Parts: sequence; structure tokens; C-alpha cells
Amino acid sequence: MTLAVPNETFRAVALSALLLFAALFVWQLASTPSGGGRTQGLPGPAAVATVTWEMLSEPFYDRGPNDKGIGFQVLSSLGRVAIGYSLASVVAIFLGVILGLNPILLKAANPYIQILKPISPLAWMPLFLYTIKDATGAMILVIFMSTLWPTLANTAFGVSAIKRDYLNVAALLQLSWWGRFFKVILPAAAPTIVAGLRISIGSAWVAVVAAEMLVGGTGIGYFVWNEWNNLSLTRVMFAILVIGVVGLILDAGFTRLARAIAYIE
Amino acid sequence: MGAFLEVSYVSKYFPDPSGRGMQCIFKDVQCGIDQGTFVTVVGHSGCGKSTLLNIIAGLERASAGGVVLDGKEIDAPGLDRMVVFQNFALMPWMSVYENIRVAVKAAHPAWAQTQVHACVLKYIEMVGLTDAASKRPAMLSGGMRQRVGIARAFSVEPKVLLLDEPFAQIDALTRGAIQEELVSIWMRTRNTVFMVTHDVDEAILLSDRIMLMTRGPEAEIAEVVDITIPRPRSRTSIIEHPHYYKIRNHIIHFLVERSRRCDRPAEAMSHHTGGIHG
Ligand SMILES: Nc1ncnc2c1ncn2[C@@H]1O[C@H](COP(=O)(O)OP(=O)(O)OP(=O)(O)O)[C@@H](O)[C@H]1O
Ligand SMILES: [Mg+2]
Repeated sequence: MTLAVPNETFRAVALSALLLFAALFVWQLASTPSGGGRTQGLPGPAAVATVTWEMLSEPFYDRGPNDKGIGFQVLSSLGRVAIGYSLASVVAIFLGVILGLNPILLKAANPYIQILKPISPLAWMPLFLYTIKDATGAMILVIFMSTLWPTLANTAFGVSAIKRDYLNVAALLQLSWWGRFFKVILPAAAPTIVAGLRISIGSAWVAVVAAEMLVGGTGIGYFVWNEWNNLSLTRVMFAILVIGVVGLILDAGFTRLARAIAYIE
Repeated sequence: MGAFLEVSYVSKYFPDPSGRGMQCIFKDVQCGIDQGTFVTVVGHSGCGKSTLLNIIAGLERASAGGVVLDGKEIDAPGLDRMVVFQNFALMPWMSVYENIRVAVKAAHPAWAQTQVHACVLKYIEMVGLTDAASKRPAMLSGGMRQRVGIARAFSVEPKVLLLDEPFAQIDALTRGAIQEELVSIWMRTRNTVFMVTHDVDEAILLSDRIMLMTRGPEAEIAEVVDITIPRPRSRTSIIEHPHYYKIRNHIIHFLVERSRRCDRPAEAMSHHTGGIHG
């Protein structure tokens, strides 16, 4: 058994590498031979690798509003996500706890949540632009909307499923509302809440790219749009890779968090 | 009137399983419990023992009647009553130490950290779990978990301890040991204890007085048995007492025969009928 584990991992890693090579091969076939017309076919792996090397070796240059290093772009996207996501998480967890503790309220609010949940967060963009007349604010609100529902729904569900016993103990000990919130309700529902937060960070990262493509002046989404306008597909592809990697890192963070707060009954 | 814990004419109705009416779980339960005594309710599963205990705890409301503790009417949970639960009800995300600390801090909000710490350690030591203090409940055996439950309950120094079948989920060998530990802790602290169980030997070992509850629905306390076997008691010494088997047989006879009849022949037909509708 102790031997089987590294063996299995090794096979998975080998297979991953194989898949990567296969993908790169197909990509190479699909792309035009170097020197081809700029607008025909895709840039090949080698071209993207070169650009990646260039961009990553100098992530923080600033040559005017339309030419900034990738580090700046990612950081400005992450900054927006951080604000919108934190605000939404706090709101969603609070509302979720209140709904989760009041079954009737949950039942009453549920139809509205179900209507609002499937709305693409970008659909709100015009309304936000119109009401607050500020692109950054509107983007942050779009991120807010994109992360509110998964966390809210998970928190409400997690809290309503807390074992009666824990709440009884809290009641017997006469814990204050905050004591109950921090010592019993949050930790008890934490695994479900973090699962919601993890879905939310994914949606936020998806939403920020789209929002920046619409109204950004910085950010990775804006970078993609800008390079598309420059017809630099190589840089677009590089940006796609960066978006994927950042998403992966965000998700990995939440996997670790989930592990840290998990408990066995 | 005037006992330390006075349960007067408490009745409880729950919605019928069919959802159409209300079902009387127990009716007009009365008892007085003197300070420093250990009183146990023995009855069949489902007769409403936990419900009665939860009413005293303030976790459940009586449909009629009331409970007075030390001159004060009970209508909500409070730190003057603490429950030891059948399924332990420890917070699984907290260590043993934290589980007890949360109780000590709740009971003594004004205490300094060091005072709280000392108190927590004292109660962990009382149940012999010093080595396991940093472990989470999932790492402990059932017996150790219930020791934590007992330590937590004692640590708030309640006026009344409420024990809801505290040893039912513990394996037989460990159960005896913990029962004796509880006897010795109780001999030192002399708390007022209200316990419910369906284990007759456990009831005799621990109690000053045993109340026998008939089967539900419409259960009631049919008889009160005083256990005069002198303390200290242990599982081995108690069975040598001349009255032990007499008491034991009496209670078992009650549970097997009389609890079913209970002067109301209609009740013998089924557990599920007999609800009142309206
Ligand atoms: N919330 C509730 N709603 C409806 N019926 C309930 C509710 N709680 C308990 N009951 C019913 O009340 C009766 C008494 O339950 P209770 O748990 O008090 O019994 P018990 O004597 O403690 O049994 P056990 O020995 O199995 O723990 C049972 O028939 C149960 O089905
Ligand atoms: Mg019970």
C-alpha cells in the first residue's frame, strides 16, 4: 500500500505530461508555420512561450495606459476581486446565517434567490454604470453579484443543517449572539460555507475578466481585449494561460482552507 | 411545594405523526427534588423522558404546567442548569480543552485568562483526561467523550445537572467505570442531579430516588422509589445489599407489567393511538 501511492501518483504525473505533449502537438499542427500571415491561423506554442518569457521577465513595466506589464494587470484584477469578493462574502455569510437560522424566512426568500442566482452578473453592468457612473465601482459590483449567491446559498444551507445539539449547547451556555456566531455557527457550518466561497472565487475570477473586457482600463481582462485590438493573438493566448494559472492558485488556496477547517463528527 | 426543583403539573403535546392533531406525550407530571439529591426517572423508550428533561433545561417548552428552580420559574435555558447529552454533543471542531473552556468562560465572563485556564485544567483532571486535552472528540472513545461531557457540565457549576441517558452509548465495560467515577464526583460536589435512563442498575447505583414513568402516550409518573442503600456505593458492593434485588425486581416488574396497564386499559392497544384531536 505504501508503495502503491507514489506509484499511482507517478503514473498520474506521467499521464499528465503525456496529455500536455499531445495538446501541444495538436496546437502546433493547428497553428500556421512561423512566418505566416498575421491574421491567419493561431500562434504556435513556441511563439507563445517566447512571449511568456518576455512578459514574465519584466512583469511590472509601465509604458502608458495601454502598455503595462502583466504583473500590474493581474494585480489590478485581483484587487477588484478582493474588494468585491470580500464585501459579497461578508454580506452573503451574514444573510446566509440569518436565513439558515430562520426556516420560515429561508422559505420566503428562496424564490427570490432562485430568480436572482442564474442571472449573469454582467447583466447588471448597465444598471451599475448608470446608477453609480463609475467603471471601477461598477466592476466591483459585478464581482459582488457574481460571488453573492453561491456563498449565500451554501451558508444558508450549511447553517440550517447544523445539528440541533450544538445550538442547544450554545443556548445552555447562554452564549451571546456573537459568541454563538463565532464559536458555534461559523465553525459548524464552515465546511459548507467554504465550499460556497470556493465556488464564488471561481465565479469572481470569471466575472472580473469579462467585466474588464467591457469597461476596464487595466486588468487582465482589459489586457486580453487590448491585445485583441492590437491583433496580437500570441499575447491573448499568453493572457489566457495567466488567467488559468491564477484561477488555479486561487482555487488551491481554498482547498487548503477547506482542509484546515474540516472536522470529523 | 417549595422543593429546590419543583416540577408541577407539566404536560407536553406534540403534533401527531399524521399531522392532524396533537398527541399527549405525558400529562400532569409532578415531582419535587431537594437540593443535593440525585433523582432519576426510569421509563421505556419514547415515554418522554428526554422531553421532560429538555423542559427542565429550558430547551423545550411545557404545553401546560411549569417548573420552578430555587424559587424562579424556568422559561429558557440558563447556566443554572446544564445537560449531559446521550450523544455527548461536544463541538467536534474544538479540542477537549476548548470544549470545556467555552463553558467555563460562559459561566465566568469576568475571569482572567489564567483563572479560566486553571479551572479548565481542574475539570479535565477531574475526569482523568489531562493527556487528551488537546485532542478533538473524534479522536476519543465514547467513554472519553462522555467524560468530557461530564466535565463540561460540572465546570459551569450549575444548580441542577441534567443527565439524559449519559451512559447509553458507551460500551458496557467502560460504562461501569464512568458510572463509578460519576458517583465519586457527585459524592464530593453533592450537586442536585436529575437523570433519565432506562437502565435499572444504573439508576439504583446512582440515585437517592427513582421515579417510574409509565409508557406513553399520556405517560405519567406512577411511582416513586426511595433508594436507601447507604453510600458510598459501588457496583460490586451494592448488589450485596439485602434490598438490592428487591428494589431491582420491583422496578423491572413495573417496567414489564404495570407500566403498560397503568389503570387505563385503552392505552394497552397501541403506542400511536390515543392522541387528542383538535
Ligand atoms: N419535536 C417533536 N415533534 C413531535 N414528536 C416528538 C418530538 N420530540 C419527541 N417527540 C415524540 O415524543 C415522544 C417522547 O420522546 P422522547 O425523546 O422524550 O422519549 P424518551 O423517553 O427520551 O425516549 P428514549 O429513551 O428513546 O430517548 C416520542 O414518541 C417522540 O416521537
Ligand atoms: Mg431520550
